Amino acid sequence: MKNIKVLGTGCANCKTTLKLIEEAAREKGVEIELEKVEQLQDIMAYGVMSTPGVVVDGKVVHAGGIPGRDKIGGWL
Amino acid sequence: MNAFVLNLPRSSPRTFLAVSAVLWFGVYKTLEPLSRWLADALPAERGSHLHDALQFFLYDTPKVLLLLAGIVMVMGMINSYFTPERTRALLSGRHEGVGNAMAAMLGIVTPFCSCSAVPLFIGFVQAGVPLGVTFSFLISAPMVNEIALALLFGLFGWEIAVLYMGLGLTVAIVAGFVIGKLKMEQHLEDWVRNMAHVQATVGADELTLPDRIEAGFASVRSIVGRVWPYVLAGIAIGAAIHGYVPQDFMAGFMGKDVWWAVPASVLIGVPMYTNAAGIIPIVEALLAKGAALGTVLAFMMSVIALSLPEIVILRKVLKPTLIATFIGVVSFGIMLVGYVFNSLF
Repeated sequence: MKNIKVLGTGCANCKTTLKLIEEAAREKGVEIELEKVEQLQDIMAYGVMSTPGVVVDGKVVHAGGIPGRDKIGGWL
Repeated sequence: MNAFVLNLPRSSPRTFLAVSAVLWFGVYKTLEPLSRWLADALPAERGSHLHDALQFFLYDTPKVLLLLAGIVMVMGMINSYFTPERTRALLSGRHEGVGNAMAAMLGIVTPFCSCSAVPLFIGFVQAGVPLGVTFSFLISAPMVNEIALALLFGLFGWEIAVLYMGLGLTVAIVAGFVIGKLKMEQHLEDWVRNMAHVQATVGADELTLPDRIEAGFASVRSIVGRVWPYVLAGIAIGAAIHGYVPQDFMAGFMGKDVWWAVPASVLIGVPMYTNAAGIIPIVEALLAKGAALGTVLAFMMSVIALSLPEIVILRKVLKPTLIATFIGVVSFGIMLVGYVFNSLF
């Protein structure tokens, strides 16, 4: 099972990103473990400078802005 | 044919850009005659107030939206060259002075969302970008942005847009320089100062021209999609206001001769928060009714550059002394801009 983390301090874009990933996973029938990382110190530990950031299995795959549907599909 | 056109940005991006530019310009040039023709076709008497207002609305709305779309498209493509990581690498280890100027200018072209202000701030400091240089970036990025410039250009002409840009850059450079000189590094929160230093590196840029065109379209979709109601409101106010509010309504308390108008506008503007598009209808209304240009621009700058929510977020990384200095230096700079402007025009 893939572990996906969304990094962001709770801005609108971060929530949208979270929702998009949830939807995409449900559509594809892929089971994922989705987490929100909202503490600033934790976000910085990933070296991400623009939020929302997305981490898949410990690797930063996206930073800044809402990711496109194709991109999300690629992670799953 | 359709498939060919849809594939053009991918198959021959240069041709696509050239054709779009020509088309854009052609449409832009036909707006004026077209709006006149449309207004004449409507059942409002020619020369009447309603007719004028209609033509103004019919011309300005597509004009401003078209300008906005064009500028956002170009900026979206430019943005794809300047990721925050690249900007950070460009700024790390720069000295004050040149560094401040570079940071303020990079603030215009680097994509920036106020919700990322803090991660960006920490990322910069961590990679050895001097504190004052970081502040120059942090001040310029939200204040001098493409939406503000496109709208000022569309509604008030290029002179005001260029002036706004020049003054915004000046405030960002000088304020950052002053904060740097004050040597306030010890007023960063301890956990920020104790973070491991990182090397500013950038991965290879793998984007192709078609990718950049796509990035441009993406920002047009998201920005114009979000901003158009404000633009409509601003133009509607502009169209309606001419007849119904006395011309000098605002001159009494936001006019040139009111010495306290500039600090009062900044004081009101600092805690307020709205994006560049939201402030435009207000600016339009104030200017149309005799408020002084410098006072209005100072108000606009203070609303966009500083806000209560941003201050609350920054408090997580800055100690109160540094926050107060930041607000003080920036507001002072903006006030100065307001006064200089009012005395020049």
